[in-house]
Amino acid sequence: MSTRQVLQVFEQYQKSRTTFVQTVAELASRSQNIEILQNAGAMSLLRPLLLDIVPSVQQTAALALGRLANYNEDLAEAVVKADILPQLVYSLAEQNRFYKKAASFVLRAVAKHSPGLAQSVVDCGALDALVICLEEFDPGVKEAAAWALGYIARHNGELAQSVVDAGAVPLLVLCIQEPELSLKRISASALSDICKHSPELAQTVVDAGAIAHLAQMVLNPDAKLKRQVFSALSQISKHSVDLAEMVVEAEIFPAVLTCLKDQDEYVRKNVATLIREIAKHTPELSQLIVNAGGVAAVVDYVGESKGNVRLPGVMMLGYVAAHSENLAMAVIVSKVRVTQLAITLVEEPEDHIQAAAAWALGQIGRHTPEHAKAVAVANVLPRLLQCYTRADASEDLQTKSKRALKNILQKCVHLMALEPLLHDAPPNILKHVVGQFSKVLPHDPAARRLFVTSGGLKKVQQIKAEPGSALHEYINTINNCFPEEIVRYYSPGYSDQLLDRVEQFQPVA
Amino acid sequence: MASHIRLQGRLNEIMTTVFQRNSVAEEKRSAENQAAVTIQAWFRAVRVQNYICHLHQSATLIQKHWRGHQGRRVYRILIRNLVFVMRHNYFNAMATKIQKMWRGFYVRKYVFDYYSRKQYLEGLIVKNEIIRREIKESREQKDADSLRKMELEAQRKLEDYAAKHRYLLSTEVVPGIYNSPFKPYPDEMEFVLRKVKPHPPEKAKPKRDNRSGKIIADSPPLPLTEPLPPIGQKLQGPFRAPGEVQMQRFKPFQPTLRVATSYTATEEARAAMKAKEWVMRVNDNIFEPFSQRDRKYEPLLHTTSNYGHLQYGTRFFRETAESKNISHEVSSLDVWNMFELRLVELYFDLELASVENCAET
Repeated sequence: MSTRQVLQVFEQYQKSRTTFVQTVAELASRSQNIEILQNAGAMSLLRPLLLDIVPSVQQTAALALGRLANYNEDLAEAVVKADILPQLVYSLAEQNRFYKKAASFVLRAVAKHSPGLAQSVVDCGALDALVICLEEFDPGVKEAAAWALGYIARHNGELAQSVVDAGAVPLLVLCIQEPELSLKRISASALSDICKHSPELAQTVVDAGAIAHLAQMVLNPDAKLKRQVFSALSQISKHSVDLAEMVVEAEIFPAVLTCLKDQDEYVRKNVATLIREIAKHTPELSQLIVNAGGVAAVVDYVGESKGNVRLPGVMMLGYVAAHSENLAMAVIVSKVRVTQLAITLVEEPEDHIQAAAAWALGQIGRHTPEHAKAVAVANVLPRLLQCYTRADASEDLQTKSKRALKNILQKCVHLMALEPLLHDAPPNILKHVVGQFSKVLPHDPAARRLFVTSGGLKKVQQIKAEPGSALHEYINTINNCFPEEIVRYYSPGYSDQLLDRVEQFQPVA
Repeated sequence: MASHIRLQGRLNEIMTTVFQRNSVAEEKRSAENQAAVTIQAWFRAVRVQNYICHLHQSATLIQKHWRGHQGRRVYRILIRNLVFVMRHNYFNAMATKIQKMWRGFYVRKYVFDYYSRKQYLEGLIVKNEIIRREIKESREQKDADSLRKMELEAQRKLEDYAAKHRYLLSTEVVPGIYNSPFKPYPDEMEFVLRKVKPHPPEKAKPKRDNRSGKIIADSPPLPLTEPLPPIGQKLQGPFRAPGEVQMQRFKPFQPTLRVATSYTATEEARAAMKAKEWVMRVNDNIFEPFSQRDRKYEPLLHTTSNYGHLQYGTRFFRETAESKNISHEVSSLDVWNMFELRLVELYFDLELASVENCAET
């Protein structure tokens, strides 16, 4: 046998290995093939190919493994059980950039499914290797490493802490400044995943100087980047007042408001979330947002969007109105504001959005009679009552609508809006409705006339109250405002009394 | 001598007259004495009365002067007090006026400034409109931009396709597929094909390091120029930091906590707490451990009757009538009583007996 023939055998073997690995990788990119591949035992075949001498075979084998692990959790567990990870981590330090990209892809695919798998990835010492990858020059390698780190940090606080302890944060902040868009996106998403768990982690990210760079990217035209940037900023600002103030000091307002009308739906949602997280902390921050014209923008956003994405906008309006009476008035004054929320309450089928709208309306209306009037005029009260008494309403919705009703009723003296409540309300609410009437009627003759003509007096007479209770006193106060004949006329059983008198009457002659 | 004889002849007469006169005098002596005494008494009384009157007048004069003096003292004290009270009232009124003006000013400026709030809300409406308009404009611009970008992209794709497929262009001899001889004019694709220039041949890709991906440059890096230093510096005086100046000029009003608290702060806080509690309360049925707080006192049936207090006490608990007993056996409770009585009887019998014995002996 000549040398050439011997070498040909090896060449053929190498070629077949290469084709096998490439075909498997290609097949694994389609989800319907993966089950078949797994059943055929692709995992166990690919594993020794990771140690192949030919680098391209190694890379493609890693790529194929990554695609397999990406598909579902069982395959990822199989990857972990087959002890592939330590080998990957070891070679991550040595090999060239294509291998690094593929290996990072495998790590990311394994870590994304569950905290347990992510923990096993961390236990193999992947973090240090990934952080070293972040220092590379090639943007593709950095992107893959940042993606893997983001997926690891996503699950819970401990994993995020371990990512931070590995020293990833300053490198991620450097990655954000790179010119490549995809790298920026991934690093912003990784930072957002780190920040969301606890204030200390968010503080670490802020200390690395992330806010300035994130703020610079706010006006970037790329929609996906903006999604991640706003998500990161909102995760930072949600934890504490100081962090929110630091985010605001980066001068994102009013530039951020233009993104409320962005073409991408998720950008809008994330901006609304960011504004909500900032507004909820203190009255000063809310004042800042209101002064920048944020309320009008959010109102328009709530009006135009549908479904779950409305929720952060509604909650933001509630938070702003909750802080102080001035801010609630500012919210009312942004035209068609209250009607917008009332419409939300009516339209949305989901209970939690209705609950949020009810809560926000309660916060707006609870400060002074002016506010309560503005809310009541939008015909909100019967709707809130309906939400409270509806049989299929969730408990959260019932509690929130009851509280909102009580908040508004405490201050509402606009009698026209209270009329419908007289007829439908349950007794504990009815007591306060009647109480409010008893406060206003003694002083206002026009209201008294309206009260009689609209049937309110009749309804009040029909209410049964125990003597000595507050309701009884209110009813007495109301009855004292009217002449006796009218009160007697409307009292129940008066028609029977009159008829009895008719029966007993003896006509003269 | 003649007068003497005459006198002696008249002796009897004289003696009788003397005697008569003396007797008359004697008779009238007591009356006259009494009269004299009366006159003297009266005169003495008048003297004493005058003296007493004089004393009274002196005393009155002294008292008058003394009382006037005391009264004037009291009067002066009263006047002093009255003046004090008057001045106090005046100062209070002035202080009230100052406080009234200050409180009105403070509340109107720092607690609730109606006009500035009105202005603020009006400004806010205007600002909102501006922001709305700006947002709308920016959105429209972005839409137009993206539309234009899409169009450019489509155009570029078309040109790219055309540059790659230039062989579909028609020649002098052979009409291309877009230039059908049966149509009056060629397809627009034909014109595009004609217009587009072919892609230039690809340049050689720069060499990259395999491991790190860095581009290996062909030529060594060029030296960079550094910026020149400034020409001449003018010395300017030591300035205060602008922040300091701003702080001095626009120092904000920092009221104390006492001034900043409203007068009804405690009542408002109480009312707010109560209201909040009512709102957050889940169950509105208040738990009452008793339903009737004040009940009328109902006395015992035993002690009330129309005929006064019923007989009550141990003396009336046990009523015994031995004649009504069914049997004449002694109840066990009476045994000890009887026993005691017996003892006493026995003792007396013995005594009697001993006495008798003594009497006998």
